[in-house]
Amino acid sequence: MTGFLRLEGLVKRFAGVAAVDDLSLSLHRGEMLALLGPSGSGKTTTLRLLAGFDAPDAGRVVVDGEDVTRIEPVARRFGMVFQHYALFPHLDAGENVAFGLESMGVGGDELKRRVARALELVDLAGFEGRRVGQLSGGQQQRVALARALAPEPRVLLLDEPLSNLDPTLRERTRREIRELIRRVGITTVLVTHEQDEAFDLGDRVAVLRGGKLEQVGTPDELYGAPANLFVGGFVGRSSTLEARVLEANGKGVRIEVEGVEWVVDSIPGRVPSPGPAVMLVRPESVRLSAPGPGAVSAVVSARRFVGPHALFTLRTDGGQAFETVAPVEAAHIGETVGVLPSRRAGGGIHLFQGERR
Amino acid sequence: MTGIRRAQILGVALLLGLAWLVVYPILLVLLEGVHGPHGWTLDFVRVFLGRPTEWSALWGSFWISLASVVLAAALGMPLAFLFGRYDFPGVRLLGALVALPAVLPPLVGVLAFLFLYGETGFVSLLVQHLLGLGEPLWRLEGAGAVLLVHAYSMYVYFYLFVRAALASLDASLLEAAASLGARRWRTFRRVVLPQLYPALGGAALLTFMTSLGSFSAPYIFGGGFRVMTTQIVATRLNGDNELAMVETIALTLLALAGLAVFRGTHAPDSPASGRKGVAPARVVVRRRALRLGLAAVAWGLAGVLLLPHLALLLVSFVPVGTWTVEPVPPVYTLGNYAALLRDPVRARPLANSLWMAVAATAAAVALAVAAGILSVRRRVPGGRAIEALLAFPWAVPGTVFAIAIAAAFSVREPWAGRFILVGTVWILPLAYLVRNLPITSRAILAGFRALDPALDEAAASLGAGRWRTLRRVTLPLLRPALLAGASLAFVTAFGDFVTSIMLYTYDTRPVSMEILSSLRQADVGVAAAYGVVLMLVSSIVFAVGAHRGSPG
Repeated sequence: MTGFLRLEGLVKRFAGVAAVDDLSLSLHRGEMLALLGPSGSGKTTTLRLLAGFDAPDAGRVVVDGEDVTRIEPVARRFGMVFQHYALFPHLDAGENVAFGLESMGVGGDELKRRVARALELVDLAGFEGRRVGQLSGGQQQRVALARALAPEPRVLLLDEPLSNLDPTLRERTRREIRELIRRVGITTVLVTHEQDEAFDLGDRVAVLRGGKLEQVGTPDELYGAPANLFVGGFVGRSSTLEARVLEANGKGVRIEVEGVEWVVDSIPGRVPSPGPAVMLVRPESVRLSAPGPGAVSAVVSARRFVGPHALFTLRTDGGQAFETVAPVEAAHIGETVGVLPSRRAGGGIHLFQGERR
Repeated sequence: MTGIRRAQILGVALLLGLAWLVVYPILLVLLEGVHGPHGWTLDFVRVFLGRPTEWSALWGSFWISLASVVLAAALGMPLAFLFGRYDFPGVRLLGALVALPAVLPPLVGVLAFLFLYGETGFVSLLVQHLLGLGEPLWRLEGAGAVLLVHAYSMYVYFYLFVRAALASLDASLLEAAASLGARRWRTFRRVVLPQLYPALGGAALLTFMTSLGSFSAPYIFGGGFRVMTTQIVATRLNGDNELAMVETIALTLLALAGLAVFRGTHAPDSPASGRKGVAPARVVVRRRALRLGLAAVAWGLAGVLLLPHLALLLVSFVPVGTWTVEPVPPVYTLGNYAALLRDPVRARPLANSLWMAVAATAAAVALAVAAGILSVRRRVPGGRAIEALLAFPWAVPGTVFAIAIAAAFSVREPWAGRFILVGTVWILPLAYLVRNLPITSRAILAGFRALDPALDEAAASLGAGRWRTLRRVTLPLLRPALLAGASLAFVTAFGDFVTSIMLYTYDTRPVSMEILSSLRQADVGVAAAYGVVLMLVSSIVFAVGAHRGSPG
């Protein structure tokens, strides 16, 4: 196994319950990995194991070939930005940034220069003397980032970096963080429960559930080829429908849904076998048409405007509900419509077998 | 991990040390009460139970404490509403002045009452003159006098607690009640009062425990009225040690019973917890006559409550032997204060009290910080026990602790953890330390709990070791709690009378003992001057604690 930062079979139990369960991940130098999962999925515990605040019950953390599992956080040289920033309220911005450098024995002019440089990096040049309480939420977050980066750590850890910011500020801050970290080129692990954040910031995203790794990959891979129903449902918008696989071959999969036959794509390397299946449908992967042969018949039960399009909630004759996007005037509430796979031969429709909805 | 192991060892050491300091002496008292020259015996318990005077002292302690709670509440609650909810000229200044009895050490309060309402006090002499009587109209003696002093010195608990609770009341609750059609009285009864229950319970508990342990007032004013604290000291001075031990046990049991009863009404750490929403604005009285009336009542009340302080100040300028029957002293001098500074015999007690209070305070703060690190931060096993031990002396009246410490440390048995400290300079600081542990640790542990643990982790991730984190992050952020805990401890130790009277020697005599002996020699001016110094130093320390201690 290669990689600059490696998590090897990490296990952490609290009162006998595994919060992190045999988790292995590997990051190459300069890569940014997002840990994504619902609350209780073990993502924060993983981050704390990386930082050294908690010790794993099994497994190793390896950085640049060095096993740091038993190394105290003080000596680990991992920078961390805390969810609520944890800026020292009795120190000003400059003193906060200087704190880690002083631990390393940096002093005098060198200290001043490096503090100034770190603040400049986060676009807060000249903010040294500001009290923490005088800074806005976004500025506090950037001071926290400067403080973590100033001692030039080997790895940067971000705990829900945007959760404390106004929604209006989040998108801009997200972009700034991404650019900054790219520029610094530091290997970064970030924890988030927001898919947008994970997809936007992470070169790769690791989806966790119940302390276990469900899938790790680029945003494209997770969206286009979810490993299981959980990842498919957690990542992006989707609906699930009961279906039945009739026949699968190299070209496509023939399925029956609500008494109608469709042909859809299969994820490469995962050819389903005939029998019952759960069908995961992205809103953009089906389209509306007039009722007729080959189309699933459904009634429009709700319509919600999203930009130039509308999100339609449909109810099939068999009582199953799902969503699709279409131009606003495509249908109105109460109308009976037909539903077909969109033109891309059923791309965005995924079949899962042996899993319950 | 060695760090965890070391913390665990330190935790056990702290636990054992505290147990030795706090519980062991009390256990020894328990044993001595049921242990005679010929082994185990219940003789002393039988003697205790068979004496009506013991029963009457126990009953006296109990009812006077209950009555003190009622009176203190009756005085403190209306004051809290008056100064906390209404607006009139001078409300802020008077509101602060009314809290002044808090800085009056118990003995000094007693002294002030003596100068004001005693047989030869200002008010008594004035009334006597006005009515042309041959002798004073009343004598400041017995249960009534004790109760008066208690009500005066303890209404502050109700006043401060209720004011804090009123300030943390959410204005939207009152608005909600109004929008639901509730009139003023119904809003008070159904909305405001229930919000005050925790504060009232806390103040009641504090008042009950303080009066149960009160010694100065019954000692000076009690006359024939018996309470347990004075009874214990009298028995002890008679040399009847074992009986004193049984009495001590009886008072402890009464205190624990009181604690159990009042505890239920008192949510932990509630007086000013969790401020939410916006505090309701003060009620502005619009009608001019009413507004003036309110202001007059407030000024009048504040005046009456401040009279004892003023009396003390006035008497401190009276030269010895010049004031006998005149309503107001005829001669004034600064000589009493000059004597305190110049006369080595008079200056000694001040220096004694100062260094002993400082030492006890420093030790209490150090122990509380250690407990905070181990119990709150490192969460060592036994942390709860450490915190319980720190709080324990609070449940035990000061007299009891004085007896217990005197008993435990007058024997040399190193293998049993007993050393001869009685008669040395160390016994009083040690006793003050034990008495200070609850208040100091309460403030400091609360400070630790309020700290975000992420700050410690942030320091660690920035490469700061434990010492650097403690010095640069934890202690600076704890400053408000440290100063609050230290100032409370210092003031208590500086004015202590209860434990001092049992344990002092001539060389270590504290200010309180010197006040008592000046009083016995009818040198009221010097006694008052000591009282004023105690009052001033206490106020300054409090003010510094409150001001420098405020966060930000």
